Amino acid sequence: MSETTQSGPMLSADGVPLKTSLARALRRQKIRALLLISPLLAFVLITFIIPIASMLFRSVGVLYLDMYRAVEAKAHTRLGSRLNYEQSGISSLFRTSGRKLEDVGEDFEDFFKDADSGMVKGPFWHGLMQGEGGEDLLNDRLGLLTDLTSLEASSDLGFTLSGETAALLPWAARAYADWALFTAIVDEDDVSKKKPWAGVYAALALDLADPATQSAVAAYSGSGAAELQAAVANIADMPATEFRAYFEDIDDKWVSGETWALLKVFGSQYTSGYFLNAVDMKLTPDGIEQRPDNERLYLKLFNRTLIMSMIITVSCILLGYPVAWLLANLPMRSANVLMILVLLPFWTSLLVRTSAWKVLLQQQGVINDIFVWLGFVADDARLVMMNNSTGTIIAMTHILLPFMILPLYSVMKTIPPSYLRAAKSLGATNWTAFWRVYFPQSVPGIGAGSILVFILAIGYYITPEIVGGTDGVFISNRIAYHISSSLNWGLAAALGTILLAVVMLLYWLYDRIVGIDNVKLGG
Amino acid sequence: MAKLRAMNEAGNITWDLVDVEGADSIRLCDEGLAMEIDHDSMLAAAPDGTSASDDFGDSIVSDCFIPQIVFSTTVGYRLDMVGDTPPTSICSLFDLDAYPGKRALNKRPLANVEWALLCDGVPKDEIYDVLATSEGQDRALAKLDTIKDSVIWWSAAAETPQLLADGEIVMGSTYNGRLFSAIAEQNQPIGMLWDAQMLDFDGWIVPAGLPEDRLARVMDFLNFATDTQRLADQAAYISYGPARASSAPLVGNHAELGIPMAPHMPTDPANAQNVFVTQYEFWADYRDDIDAKFQAWLAK
Amino acid sequence: MAKSSGGNAFVEFQHVQKSYDGETLVVKDLNLSMPKGEFLTMLGPSGSGKTTCLMMLAGFETATHGEIMLDGQPINNIPPHKRGIGMVFQNYALFPHMTVAENLAFPLEVRKMGKSEREEKVKRALDMVQMGAFGGRRPAQLSGGQQQRIALARALVFQPELVLMDEPLGALDKQLREHMQFEITRLAHDLGITVVYVTHDQTEALTMSDRVAVFNDGRIQQLAPPDELYEKPQNSFVAQFIGENNTLEGVIKSIDGDKCVVKLDSGDEIDARPVNVTKAGERTKVSIRPERVEFNKSRLQKGAHTLKAEVAEFIYMGDIFRFRLKVAGNNDFIVKTRNAPDAVRLTPGSQIEIGWLAEDCRALDAPACDERARHHFGLCLCREHDARQLGRCLSGQPDQGLFGSVHCREPRHHHHLGRKLG
Repeated sequence: MSETTQSGPMLSADGVPLKTSLARALRRQKIRALLLISPLLAFVLITFIIPIASMLFRSVGVLYLDMYRAVEAKAHTRLGSRLNYEQSGISSLFRTSGRKLEDVGEDFEDFFKDADSGMVKGPFWHGLMQGEGGEDLLNDRLGLLTDLTSLEASSDLGFTLSGETAALLPWAARAYADWALFTAIVDEDDVSKKKPWAGVYAALALDLADPATQSAVAAYSGSGAAELQAAVANIADMPATEFRAYFEDIDDKWVSGETWALLKVFGSQYTSGYFLNAVDMKLTPDGIEQRPDNERLYLKLFNRTLIMSMIITVSCILLGYPVAWLLANLPMRSANVLMILVLLPFWTSLLVRTSAWKVLLQQQGVINDIFVWLGFVADDARLVMMNNSTGTIIAMTHILLPFMILPLYSVMKTIPPSYLRAAKSLGATNWTAFWRVYFPQSVPGIGAGSILVFILAIGYYITPEIVGGTDGVFISNRIAYHISSSLNWGLAAALGTILLAVVMLLYWLYDRIVGIDNVKLGG
Repeated sequence: MAKLRAMNEAGNITWDLVDVEGADSIRLCDEGLAMEIDHDSMLAAAPDGTSASDDFGDSIVSDCFIPQIVFSTTVGYRLDMVGDTPPTSICSLFDLDAYPGKRALNKRPLANVEWALLCDGVPKDEIYDVLATSEGQDRALAKLDTIKDSVIWWSAAAETPQLLADGEIVMGSTYNGRLFSAIAEQNQPIGMLWDAQMLDFDGWIVPAGLPEDRLARVMDFLNFATDTQRLADQAAYISYGPARASSAPLVGNHAELGIPMAPHMPTDPANAQNVFVTQYEFWADYRDDIDAKFQAWLAK
Repeated sequence: MAKSSGGNAFVEFQHVQKSYDGETLVVKDLNLSMPKGEFLTMLGPSGSGKTTCLMMLAGFETATHGEIMLDGQPINNIPPHKRGIGMVFQNYALFPHMTVAENLAFPLEVRKMGKSEREEKVKRALDMVQMGAFGGRRPAQLSGGQQQRIALARALVFQPELVLMDEPLGALDKQLREHMQFEITRLAHDLGITVVYVTHDQTEALTMSDRVAVFNDGRIQQLAPPDELYEKPQNSFVAQFIGENNTLEGVIKSIDGDKCVVKLDSGDEIDARPVNVTKAGERTKVSIRPERVEFNKSRLQKGAHTLKAEVAEFIYMGDIFRFRLKVAGNNDFIVKTRNAPDAVRLTPGSQIEIGWLAEDCRALDAPACDERARHHFGLCLCREHDARQLGRCLSGQPDQGLFGSVHCREPRHHHHLGRKLG
């Protein structure tokens, strides 16, 4: 009944087009399938994908704003650490500068103290700044503060900024507003009683250095007018407001264009810097360029990880194939014993197994001792089999071997011995029978084992760390380092994402070349 | 330290008290991760009434730090592998001709770069100035390059005594207390070098933002654990010097071996003839830079 | 038992024994010889040693003792791939990763045959099994019957003189099986090849073979052409195994040449032909084929013994009628009659008398496995060899045979006995 007599679409019994009702039936199946996997999907999304994504988007939320404020909010060190991933030296620049900023402000504080001792007390400042009309500026600064410290703004600050003072002393008003907000919100102190940061004095000095402000102060009659006028009178003794020179004094990197360009480049909300970094590139004001030779690292590590994983996979095939064959062809009783031996490592901690290899492989270790005893190597020329890539390959081949043997075994178990017999009866020698008939049928097992071993190897971390020395470590060791030591989570996420992409790519290639339906984990 | 930062980011601090080195305490303090401490009001005074801050003296390297012990990073060597001429200088580390064989060094730059510059001819008092420059850092790494192939890098201080005991290395750096244990308690054929050992402090910080009740418990413990007698007592177990001046005279014998501990302390005058005092503030500031370079160099 | 047919035998087993575990023999003293061009079937229940024999011939198992000759040459030490024997396996064993044509080319390829010649032969072999259009397919894309043909073609493509088939039709449905039976015999005859065919299906054996070797307990029970096997079973195993069969048990009352009188356990007496009973007093099992039972008294010989029977069941089967009778204590006595115009339909419950020609009722060796054996020994002995011993035991003559008396009381010794005798 392959032909339909109707001219229109085929209809099912109830008159609905067959395709529609089929789609409906299938949809129900699909929904059920989706529901079945939904707990796992939700789990994976919540615990895996979202954190990685959020780490990736973690970038510099902080623009260079007000160093002093940042120091007090203790944000400059983080910015420095973050920027240090891009340009080494920035972290120390921020940290040392932060320490020295206080000194600069204190010079100005001393000047104002000499002019009028009341000026270095809280009530003077509170009187000067308290008022109406400066809400815009205050809200502005509040927004910046909450950005910086991720604190919730409380409604009651106990302080409002005077618009008049803000017009008269713009820098000082700004600096004071920052301090006041910080004091009220972060320290939860009373703004009217505390004396402000030394940085506020520097800001006031900056205002007063302007002749226009000097004359405006003379005309000012509000709270604190006397003190301000006294300061203006002594203006000749005021330290120079050459902040550029101060910064240059602290570190000449502050006057180099490179630092500022870097800040600008990384000022945006999103950055490709992590990904570039992960492939030994960097984002500079002039565009993307390769890192200097002594900083290039990750491509080499990716390369090494892939090559060594492949070597490990091939070693596993070579060692695992005969064992799996034996397992599949021995009588049940002996096969079970052998199987237990194969599975035994699974019941031992990975760390213990790796440490055991350490004992075996080290220069004064068991294997070297045996070689020396047998006369293979001289006592003073013991083989270096650890703390290098050899150690990693040996230990990981052993550790991952079961992952090769088990799929191989389960596939070999399904190849009936009659194939080999048939081949032999048809005139094939043992080798031809194996190579032309048995081996091609065990390829799915090799494929499954290789994928398992390769993907496990590529992400291995503990074993290379322990026996790999410096030239036997993998990219995952760097990821672990950035996650737990250097805290460069963005870079770790970028490296992990690239690794994942590479694995996917290889998987795709494998599918293209070998075909993924050629992978079997068993019957 | 990394973990503390992670906890802080996550807003869920599960630690009440953290054991850190001097330089780390400065960094944590700078980053606002550690609580600032008023030593005089929070910690016990010495038995003679000296205030806690005077008693601890210079060991209070940051406002957040509660010092506990003085330790040093130094070099131990295998007695039977150095022949009749045991090393007397830190620069033996770099002398592959006189002392062939593997060395174990810390997988962090601290101490390694200072020793490298010292043995590259930089005067002791200029080392940190040189290290502050990019060229100086490269110079230190270049010096380390000369022995890189012979180095096993450790990440846990216990590895060096183990490697020495196994005869895997001829010498290696670790903390002096570890070497003391291997030599005095386990009778391993190991010698200890007291030359340019890096003196450092170890102590507590309290994570910022602890709730009241937990903070109260922590402070109660700290008050007890860092008093004069307690600091002197810990020296009976391992050869680390107490951070309080008032504890020094109370240092007695080893708890099990019964040998006097004072001569094994890094603070003992005989040992401290050519001590190298770590600049905590330098490391607090430059650690990110030098660490990044060092790790990149290491992985090459 | 097999008769050695002398020097012109193509395949010959000489005193072949096989043991896998060193304790029990699965093949016991096998002697067999077959001429070139014969189609010989090894028939028997599973575990009877027939497949083992085949595997020894193919070279996948080695004989523990004895010699296997192929075309006059001993082949015990020749590896399987050098024996040049074609083989068809139970599940065809077509290589799944090769196409049909590649499968067929495989034996030619390993013989280093040139490409054009190879293709020519593959094509011819495919045509031979009417599968010419399927060369490019994979085995998995073929039906069971098609796979069977390919397997056959592959075993024949390199023109072996001897082809072994190990239950090749076991996985096919009935209709296909019958068709393939015909195909295989036709091919074998057309090509003039020698075939050793293993099956446990007696119809297959009877319809296809020149001769059938019935295996049981590691021995050939009877080697004969199909008709002889059916008509003249040599022992009770063969009688039971081949075709439908009614049995009655009793003791020989008297023997007179090719006639004897058997006194059944029910007390009735019947006429029979003595086959492997030798004297009066022996226990025996008589065997009558259902279609040889007669209940039309006029067709029986004069003076022939008859038995009273009660009809228990009547089954209409179209071409034949089938009755189940209760006869002399046997409630499963089957009788078949043709659905001829004069055939009577007996109703269940009616009492009749039945009889047969003495030559159709064969007095064979005593039962090996029945309720009495269970009663006497506590276990059931099914081995033909021991059935004879048991018969002697039960008939009170245990002293015949080397360990006969021991055997009767302690059945466990029976295994040892078998091995020693083997």
